Amino acid sequence: MKKYIFIFRLRFMNSLQYRTVVLGGVLKGFIWGFMEILMYKALYESSGSVFSMSFSQMVSYVWIQQVFMVLFRVVFADGEIYSSIAEGTIAYDLVRPVGLYGWWFSQSAANRLAFTILNCIPVFLLALLVPEPYRISWNLTVGQSIIFILSVLLAFLVVVSFAMLMYISLFYIIAQRGVRIIVTALTTFLSGGVVPLPFFPDKIRAIAQLLPFAAMQNTPLQIFCGNITGVNMIKAVAFQAFWFVTLFLIGKAAMAVSLKKVIVQGG
Amino acid sequence: MIEFKNISKTYKVAVREGGMKNAMKSLFTRNYKTIHALDDVSFQIGEGEMVGYIGPNGAGKSTTIKIMCGILTPDSGQCVIDGRIPYKERIAHVQQIGVVFGQRSQLWWDVPVIDSFELIKDIYRIDDKTYRRNLNDLTDLLAMGDLLKTPTRNLSLGQRMRCEIVASLLHDPKILFLDEPTIGLDAVSKISIRKFIKQVNEDRKTTVVLTTHDMQDIEALTERVILIGKGKILLDGKYNELRKRASNDKTLDIEYSGTIPELHEGMKLIKAQEAQMTISLNPDIMSVSEAISYLASHTTLMDVSVSDISAEQMVAELYKEYRI
Repeated sequence: MKKYIFIFRLRFMNSLQYRTVVLGGVLKGFIWGFMEILMYKALYESSGSVFSMSFSQMVSYVWIQQVFMVLFRVVFADGEIYSSIAEGTIAYDLVRPVGLYGWWFSQSAANRLAFTILNCIPVFLLALLVPEPYRISWNLTVGQSIIFILSVLLAFLVVVSFAMLMYISLFYIIAQRGVRIIVTALTTFLSGGVVPLPFFPDKIRAIAQLLPFAAMQNTPLQIFCGNITGVNMIKAVAFQAFWFVTLFLIGKAAMAVSLKKVIVQGG
Repeated sequence: MIEFKNISKTYKVAVREGGMKNAMKSLFTRNYKTIHALDDVSFQIGEGEMVGYIGPNGAGKSTTIKIMCGILTPDSGQCVIDGRIPYKERIAHVQQIGVVFGQRSQLWWDVPVIDSFELIKDIYRIDDKTYRRNLNDLTDLLAMGDLLKTPTRNLSLGQRMRCEIVASLLHDPKILFLDEPTIGLDAVSKISIRKFIKQVNEDRKTTVVLTTHDMQDIEALTERVILIGKGKILLDGKYNELRKRASNDKTLDIEYSGTIPELHEGMKLIKAQEAQMTISLNPDIMSVSEAISYLASHTTLMDVSVSDISAEQMVAELYKEYRI
């Protein structure tokens, strides 16, 4: 366990090493969120009745999405893992007395978590400071808040275990750029990163809600803005737990198979 | 300690002719070529030994090292190291070995070296006492106290390589694999790295397997060499014997003024410049002193130096002999 915590510490220090990146991230999150809200405001004013979420729910959705942006992104700057496969530094990963799945999983998780911790607090504070009706509102009870946090955690685990499947696929497909583009488009759209899932047409939504992508940012964000309540919250969290365990087991098995025929690139 | 028995390993590589047309064609059908990286390779290495593993590029050196490290699984044959099969019990096995790949880095790029060392301490579960002791001993030996606080990316290659080797020794490995540890280093750094490796082998009785293209590494470090070419072991023996076997020709460098000397039987011209010549001499036909007096009688000798064939030449000759 200690070594995994250390990876996190190292990542955190790494992130601090580059202050400009953090500042840029905060600014980007804030401005992007604000623009998105202004866009939705225009849409609501012209035809507010067709939306399945109220405007204030929407505002909360957008802000909390910006706060957790990096945490819920499947394709994030996991440079070490990409170069490990593409250039063969995996040779060093494999001479360590640790399982490669656990090693990459914690590296990938630490990358996102370290960046989020540095980023999310300033964005959240800014979202609290802007005037109504653009302000984020925390309407959850204590119990709901606990479930929300649990759901954030599970969404994060689903995201990382899905990213692991992508990394493993790179053993077979060397051109990582194509894979990253496809996965980014697919996961962002189907997890409600572009348009919230409740806005999807009914038939598509019925399918999308069953996919693992719905267990990513969609679930905690819906809980946060009050779209999922009561018993449905427990169901949603169980749904997330199911996908995390499933993806994790698939990933572990796939990793074991791939490692038997690993070829190290570049001599 | 290390036993390698009848190991074979092949790779399948996609091949295509150059050019646009063939690039398009390869979208639909691909041709594969099978490469025999290792072909029935066997050897044994004892505890505390230091072995040089040499061969031209693509001979199968790195593949061998990677099998011994548990990274690659051979197609057939068996490798047993310290009672374990590396690729079957990878995690237990790698706890006992240290590895340096000269062309890659195991240190984390953006953080000071000491942070990387601390992470390695946690990964290998090194206890505080052993870690402190090793860190002090090793950094003293390499006189690199100041380097520890510098981020890896700001180190020169020579400095970095020293840190890499220290990093691979912190957990007291029984075996140290060095894959081209002196690649790209300047003469001073090479010498200090060699001295260090030798010291580690002597003090800690660490078994060392070293691959290199620099024959001076071999000369300075190892008694035993294994020569591999095209996936097969060609020679396995003492470095000195190998050297004798290759050739016992002497090399004569002369400077002269006046007439160009004619060569006697047993002499072979290697290089001629204005007023300078390099001659290879077969001492069975003509002894060195005979050769010098012969040359002196034919021209005015300004300077003569006699040397054995260089290690590089020797290896080049061996490669030629085995057509690899």
